[in-house]
Amino acid sequence: MYILKTQKKYDVVIVGSGAGGGMATKVLSEAGLKVAVLEAGPHFDPANPDQLTQMKWPYHSPRRGAGTSRTFGDFDMAYGGWDIEGEPYTRAEDTNFDWFRSRMLGGRTNHWGRISLRFGPLDFKSKSRDGVGEDWPIGYDDIKPYYDKVDKLIGVFGSKENIYNEPDGFFLPVPKPRLHELYYKKGAEKAGVKVMPSRMSILTQRINQERGVCFYCNQCNRSCQVYADFSSGSCLIFPAQKSGGKIDLYTDAMVREVTVDGNGKATGVNYIDKKTNLDYSISAKVVVLAASACSSARILLNSKSAAHPNGLGNSSDLIGKYLHDSTGGDRMGFVPNLMSRKIYNEDGVGGMHLYSPWWLDNKKLDFARGYHIEVWGGLGAPSYGFGFDPNYLNSFFGKPVGGYGDSLRQDVKKYYGSLVGMSGRGESIARKENYCEIDPNKKDQWGIPVLRFKYQWSDQELKQAKHMHDTFEEIIVNMGGIPLGEKPGRDKNFGLHTPGRIIHEVGTTRMGDDPKKSVVDRFEKLHDLDNVFVVDAGPFVSQADKNPTWTILALSWRTSDYIVDQFKQQNF
Amino acid sequence: MNRRDSIKYIATGTLASGVLLTGCDWAEKEEAVVKSLWKYKYGRTPKEIEYDNHLLSQQFFSQEEMAMIIQLGHFILPANEVGNIEKAEVPDFIEFMAKDFPDFQEPLKEGLTALNQRALTEFNLSFVKAEKKQKQQLIDPIAYPDTVTEEFLQQSEFFTLMRNLVVTGYFTSEVGLKDLGYQGNQPNVWDGVPNDILDEHQMEYDPKWTAHFLDIEKRNDVAQWDDQGNLIS
Repeated sequence: MYILKTQKKYDVVIVGSGAGGGMATKVLSEAGLKVAVLEAGPHFDPANPDQLTQMKWPYHSPRRGAGTSRTFGDFDMAYGGWDIEGEPYTRAEDTNFDWFRSRMLGGRTNHWGRISLRFGPLDFKSKSRDGVGEDWPIGYDDIKPYYDKVDKLIGVFGSKENIYNEPDGFFLPVPKPRLHELYYKKGAEKAGVKVMPSRMSILTQRINQERGVCFYCNQCNRSCQVYADFSSGSCLIFPAQKSGGKIDLYTDAMVREVTVDGNGKATGVNYIDKKTNLDYSISAKVVVLAASACSSARILLNSKSAAHPNGLGNSSDLIGKYLHDSTGGDRMGFVPNLMSRKIYNEDGVGGMHLYSPWWLDNKKLDFARGYHIEVWGGLGAPSYGFGFDPNYLNSFFGKPVGGYGDSLRQDVKKYYGSLVGMSGRGESIARKENYCEIDPNKKDQWGIPVLRFKYQWSDQELKQAKHMHDTFEEIIVNMGGIPLGEKPGRDKNFGLHTPGRIIHEVGTTRMGDDPKKSVVDRFEKLHDLDNVFVVDAGPFVSQADKNPTWTILALSWRTSDYIVDQFKQQNF
Repeated sequence: MNRRDSIKYIATGTLASGVLLTGCDWAEKEEAVVKSLWKYKYGRTPKEIEYDNHLLSQQFFSQEEMAMIIQLGHFILPANEVGNIEKAEVPDFIEFMAKDFPDFQEPLKEGLTALNQRALTEFNLSFVKAEKKQKQQLIDPIAYPDTVTEEFLQQSEFFTLMRNLVVTGYFTSEVGLKDLGYQGNQPNVWDGVPNDILDEHQMEYDPKWTAHFLDIEKRNDVAQWDDQGNLIS
């Protein structure tokens, strides 16, 4: 293989431009360091009219938004999906894992749910509490100052609730709940389930002059053209560029490996320019991996050398191990009181205006960790699938299902907005037996060995999923609703989604003080090397029942501060 | 606008789709400028445009089949004061989906053929030429999946698929959205459920939550907090 060398030498090369990479780019460049950012996909700016999908109408798509082209529909802002042509992965026999990748500047932050929750004090010390899994070496107090800074820099709405394990932050005002959410609140509170305003990184109020304020189109998954939601490009990388940071952005740059010198010290990375299929190398004093938990693990495992025959930083043999995704279970209910609703603009922000944090004490339950409940429904924009089985709810009234003509049209209008759904998103236990590794028999289109996944849910997750579904039914009935479909039983894993499906995969380069039991230290530095860091969700020891992004951002900022400090001490 | 019109518009240069790829670094290389055959610009990557173009430049249904689809569409959702399924471009949508999701192809083609055959057998007329009453006689036995008899099972599945596509195509169109009364997809300031609707549903906002709600007058003030995280402006 012939490798072209780029002439420039960098202080830091950052692999990946999502939440972790974006934050590292901002903090490191603002400290005056010369930074190269490598992104495996194209440039993306939500304000670019050629890329924009926000405020398009369903009929602007010839498939009316169907998911045949983009996984989550034509307007969703993720270039990628579960399967990417030329970039396969495999699964060990009898197990399943689905891996979502978004190849574009900003990565998955362009379409994510913006649910921005801090981990609480208990979440960092779960093993001490219930004996399962492992404690983080750091605690809430270590990361709190960074959560505070992330809140102020990026903006998150929420309400101060004074709940010990749901720490409050620096919040923007919350939007009022929608009608179906008020129904949910009534039903959930009757079932003893706590309900509170949601916490999302969407600007309900201005935080600076560079970013706009939410105009309530409900389309955060399309990435906001006025930068009123958090996407890594619009909120971290572009501002860092504008403030004069020495940043070179390499897009369509697929990293093959981290390179090392004769002493085993990292010297930079090799990457393939997807546009020319040529191999390049970039030199830097420090390598920061932020390619997503599994991609970073893959790069490290593929970085074999005489000094690191087992892959870079893998003396513990733990890279790829302890992979875990959030649990997920969903149920939908039909609320007859919401039939024939008066119609108004109910778009709101892109997501729920209220939710339920985990509200129970696991000591009284037969599973270890909790879940939160997300709520959906309302008078949303029709999209592909809207007219499928348009009047099956007639069966609840002894009326014929199907038919045609004006009565069918009236049925559609009658039932519009009468469904309410719930999604449980919970904590799974990190286990060594669940992992990704290099598949010795398969390579991608550039000849890079691919990942093979092995993942199975344990009884902990199954029991939690069963609890979710019991709760969903109780809430739906309390709302005056009818749960739709069958409650999934053991034969269906109690409705648990395939691992990977919640797209919160974490844990593959886990953090710890003992180099034999972990891959990175408290500052996300590889135990085995002094100049390689991992700032995506790989270092997560456990993932709580909270979405990982806010913690990725806080940790990446903390690690970046540490890197700047090490540069000042001339340690690189 | 159908496919042939699309091509015509391209030839005359009046198509609204702009030149793709701005001055971003991903466009600087020799990326070919791909012109879309589709009339709306909706944020496609060059690869996606090529795929759309590939589908748009093929014709799946014959003219006869298309005529049946149009008539079935009008039958499933008759025209009203807002518009009709042709104004909603439902036939174009179904033609596109048959190519975009090939699993639809066989059931749709076979279903149309079988329905036409039934018309010929029963009335010695093609489906398109059959009277409205005759069409109703052909469709009634296949329009209600829960009560359909064994012999019409497959025809019923076909009709269900056709209904799914027609209703979806209609209510995702400009006229269909208007018919439905959909009010969203426009910049606004959300300030909660209108009071009359809250009253109708006997709902109210939790007074304990009021202090957290957005004051829409202040949304353009730059947020500031005290050290305890209380919003002070």
